[in-house]
Amino acid sequence: MKIPFKYVRRNFVARRLTTAITIAGISLVVFVFSAVLMMAYGVQKTLIATGSDDNVLVARKAANGEISSIIPSETANIIKSLPQIARAPDDSPIASGEVVVVINLPKISEGGISNVTVRGVSPPAFQLRPQVKIVAGRMFAWGAREVIVGSAVAKRIEGAQIGKEVKFVGNQWRIVGMFETGGSGFDSEMWGDVAQIHDAFRRSGSFSTLTFRLQRRDQFDPLRAEFERDNRLQEFEPKIEKRFFEEQSELLATFIRILGIFVTLIFSAGATIGAMITMYAAVANRTAEVGTLRALGFRRRSVLGAFLVESLLIAVTGGAIGLFLASTLQFFRVSTLNFGSFSELEFAFALSPQIVIASLAFAMLMGVLGGFLPSVRASRLNIVNALRSS
Amino acid sequence: MRVFKLMLKNALRHKLRSFLTILGIAIAVLAFGLLRTVVTAWYSGVEASAANRLITRNAVSFIFPLPYAYRDQIAKVPGVEQITYANWFGGVYIDKNQFFARLAVDAKTIFDVYPEFIVPKDQFEAFQRERNACVIGSDIATRYNLKLGDLMQLEGDIYPGKWAFVVRGIYRPRDKTTDATQMFFHWTYVDEQMKQEMLGRGGDVGWYVIRIKNPDDAARISNDIDALFKNSRAETKTESERQFQQGFISSASVIITSLNVMSFVIIGIIMLILGNTMIMSARERTLEYAVLKTLGFSSGHLVGLIGGESLLISFLGGGFGLLFTYPFVAAFQAFVPKGWFPVFYVEFVTVVLAGLSALLVGVVASIFPIQRARRTTIVEGLRFIG
Repeated sequence: MKIPFKYVRRNFVARRLTTAITIAGISLVVFVFSAVLMMAYGVQKTLIATGSDDNVLVARKAANGEISSIIPSETANIIKSLPQIARAPDDSPIASGEVVVVINLPKISEGGISNVTVRGVSPPAFQLRPQVKIVAGRMFAWGAREVIVGSAVAKRIEGAQIGKEVKFVGNQWRIVGMFETGGSGFDSEMWGDVAQIHDAFRRSGSFSTLTFRLQRRDQFDPLRAEFERDNRLQEFEPKIEKRFFEEQSELLATFIRILGIFVTLIFSAGATIGAMITMYAAVANRTAEVGTLRALGFRRRSVLGAFLVESLLIAVTGGAIGLFLASTLQFFRVSTLNFGSFSELEFAFALSPQIVIASLAFAMLMGVLGGFLPSVRASRLNIVNALRSS
Repeated sequence: MRVFKLMLKNALRHKLRSFLTILGIAIAVLAFGLLRTVVTAWYSGVEASAANRLITRNAVSFIFPLPYAYRDQIAKVPGVEQITYANWFGGVYIDKNQFFARLAVDAKTIFDVYPEFIVPKDQFEAFQRERNACVIGSDIATRYNLKLGDLMQLEGDIYPGKWAFVVRGIYRPRDKTTDATQMFFHWTYVDEQMKQEMLGRGGDVGWYVIRIKNPDDAARISNDIDALFKNSRAETKTESERQFQQGFISSASVIITSLNVMSFVIIGIIMLILGNTMIMSARERTLEYAVLKTLGFSSGHLVGLIGGESLLISFLGGGFGLLFTYPFVAAFQAFVPKGWFPVFYVEFVTVVLAGLSALLVGVVASIFPIQRARRTTIVEGLRFIG
């Protein structure tokens, strides 16, 4: 016969202080666990949102990121003539050759320098990236030393607001507008006319990357085959834009996850031990009760079950509190150096159903591990000795 | 002595509980040690900085080069003793997951400005003689099982093409903070190739490293150098090596702050665990404390008993935690992809901090039970059933 849940519930509130402390310990651990997973997921989500499934980005195979990739203009022309690329009504390829560099600008908060990505784009860039919307000021004029800044740049960088001027390579560049992309990596960039960037940095003759739209998504495999076949394109690699930017996030996201999980595992061992101590004490204090229950006819299994459930209740309560606290982090946007692109990336902590499930499962695991041995001890108590103890 | 015996006996009364508490604290101290070691590893570049070295780079950002022609002008600035330069080669060795610094340098002067990379004389000379020779750090040699005479194939990205370098030297790191994972080859070789292969490339230096006579002149010399190139196409930013390294760290400050926050959370968890135990023990012994008070033991004695037991447990836990920190840190480094942390070891400061945390925890965890024991009157105590 099962021990009624009422028994478990009443005991849960009986020894308030120690139970509260154990719950606090578990919630702290789950908080850190969830926060870390949310941070890594936030980085990935931001970067995945940066790319589209319909676009292809071509970079040098050996390059670790956009800034170390070089595509000579002859190669760019060869690529632009490939049949898989979508064409505009005037038959020009919807392709944007881009120069991507990093410049140092001071941060507004906490002083220090930030690495900001500057992207020189061609007119098709806006067609390729419809998520880019000018929300303040105006678009830069082609042929002028003007730039538009992403919302994260305007928010975090000193002197990067509309109307101000930013100096790089001996020229003053006027900031004429601010754009938003709904939380993608582009929000942390500055965009300008690629021809002007070429001219200023004396890079005429080469691009960093080439981005274009496919006629149809299934054209990607024939496109890739063409790259492998053509000798002139051997050193370059096409990737679905979304995949390219996702890979840019891997280094940072992996770093955060490995470190975070390593640390959380240790924390959880500590919290599990805390739970164990509490449960052992609970058992020790209720020895007489357990003896009575057994004398009444409840089986060992039921006693084990009751204590295990109590332990789980503590753990799940702690887990829920920790998860709830972690979910409030979603209101925070943070900015850090993305190792992959060597530049600043703003992202928000993001919660996913998987993270919720993982955190609660983790809490329950701690509850089971912490409560198991004490529960076994409770169920194994000799009835007579138990009744005799006080 | 009697009090100590009593403390010890009390701690051993509930062997299982004391064991679990000690284990819990040990684990938390372990985590603390790991977190702090990761934070100090981030700062290892700053720690390795020499006070008499300046870095001159392109003012726009680190990724833009400076003209080779700047070298002679900088060398003439008063206070400059020696000047060398380097280009970040990047590229791919084996695959994209092998992270270590690959630099094209001025072979004649690099080891003069960086005396912490110790190269045997004969290897140094062999390096000078061959155009495509390279010198690698001892950790790289170990990691990839490379010996003198072995070939290293690189696929360039910033410097496109396939490159092959022969290992002619392996340097030893002088200090614990020295990075032993760098690879150096000839700037002249890379420059020559670039001039031949690609139009308009060549003649570029990534950054200059300047050794100055007197560290106190750092600010003045930095300004002098930057003044030379103000309003040119490639303006420079010169700063001490320490400031340069710190710039890299400040960009990842969010992560470091998170790590530090987690360290404090850890201390909080330890306090909770130990506090929990002490409260439970104290509650169980309410009757005993009442008896002790009746016998004439003062509050001071009680404080000593409870506090002492708490400190004993926390020190044991801290001790074990520290003991296992070293192997645990080594395991972590083995787990993490190579090249993330070139310099990774447990600093003495970390050990001291861990010890102090144990002390703090031992004290704080005993406050509540001590208060309770003191406030409970003898009569209440004797009446206590639990």
